[in-house]
Amino acid sequence: MSGGETDTNPATTARVGPDRRTIWSGFLFGCGIAASMIDLFIFHLGLQWHHFYDRSTPEVALTTDGFFHAFGWFITIWGLFLLADIRRRGAVVWSRWTGAVIVGVGFFQLFDGIVDHKILRIHQIRYDVDLLPYDAIWIGSALVILLIGLVILWRTRPAPVSP
Amino acid sequence: MGEHDHSDMGGAGHGSFAWVTFESVVVLALLGAAIGYALALWASRGRRPWPVSRTVMWYLGLGCVGAALVGPLATAAHTSFTAHMVGHLLLGMVGPLLLVLAAPVTVALRALPAPAARSLTRFLRTPVVRVLTHPVVAAGLNIGGLWVLYTTDLYLRMHSSTLIYALVHAHIFLAGYLFTVSIVGVDPAPHRASMRMRSAVLIVFVAVHSILAKRLYAHPPAGTTIADGEVGAQVMYYGGDVVDVIMIVLLFAGHYAATRPRAAALAGHA
Repeated sequence: MSGGETDTNPATTARVGPDRRTIWSGFLFGCGIAASMIDLFIFHLGLQWHHFYDRSTPEVALTTDGFFHAFGWFITIWGLFLLADIRRRGAVVWSRWTGAVIVGVGFFQLFDGIVDHKILRIHQIRYDVDLLPYDAIWIGSALVILLIGLVILWRTRPAPVSP
Repeated sequence: MGEHDHSDMGGAGHGSFAWVTFESVVVLALLGAAIGYALALWASRGRRPWPVSRTVMWYLGLGCVGAALVGPLATAAHTSFTAHMVGHLLLGMVGPLLLVLAAPVTVALRALPAPAARSLTRFLRTPVVRVLTHPVVAAGLNIGGLWVLYTTDLYLRMHSSTLIYALVHAHIFLAGYLFTVSIVGVDPAPHRASMRMRSAVLIVFVAVHSILAKRLYAHPPAGTTIADGEVGAQVMYYGGDVVDVIMIVLLFAGHYAATRPRAAALAGHA
């Protein structure tokens, strides 16, 4: 692990690739855990607000949901293996990765709140309640998470390479 | 209540001649596979030691297949959709995965004399094997078979004919094995599909498997009670997920090992 302090090294330009891959890794992992774990462990098994299948789901939405489900697990594991690959090739800038994970979580929650809940109507957040406050909190919190992630990414951006 | 289960099944009931034949064939095949693997290991004892984990997986895999086809779980599966689904997971997903990871072809190649080993590799290169182990074909056989089984009256007919029962279960196992080989096989495969192809097929497979499970939740096969159908569908969904996630990890782990950077790239400014 000698790559920790290589910023002043002529090899700095070679970090542009790893930086992009770090962000990809974090973003995929963040979207993935939001899609496959937060929903499963908090809303299905924990609060039991979500039903396994609410029977009113239209066929198209059911199909879309199946593909989101598959992609959720796939990108979670993809993100982690990408991270392992970046690590074995050099040092990981953990603050960048963390920022990208938070962006991923926020992005997916926003996507889930707008596309899945409102446009496709795959399922709702909770049943037999007035949905407006739930939707507002869901989408609002997603925006806040997304912004926090973007701020972290902005503050940890690599210094521009001087010519 | 309860007695009608087996008595009116026209020869498919427990203890009927057809059923005893089916169970005997299964037990003999499993014994053959168990003894064959041990004999092959013994014949290749002069070679590099064989990982114990692979041997353990072979016998666990045979145990899964056995539990799904004979014994109390198989008996319960005649009347309970949930038990059927547990058996299906063992026979079509967990068992095949363990058996594939035990690398039986490699074990055979180590044990066989050179001419026989060459015939085996020649067989693996034949167009038939090439087509059957293509991810798209294997996934189609696997999920297509399940779709037909659970959305037509095949599920009901399977329980009234030992022959149909045997064919359906042979298909579930073989299609599960082919699919697992095509995605995360560890044996030599002359026609291994690309990472991109295997990823795409695995995603579609996981998606369709979960869609089918949710459909079963709402529309259980004829002859299944609502409650039994709901539990069985969730067993299929969550149990399938566990195996699917293991397969995704194995797929990436294989790719990770295959794309290991060369020592020069790691040495930095050396």
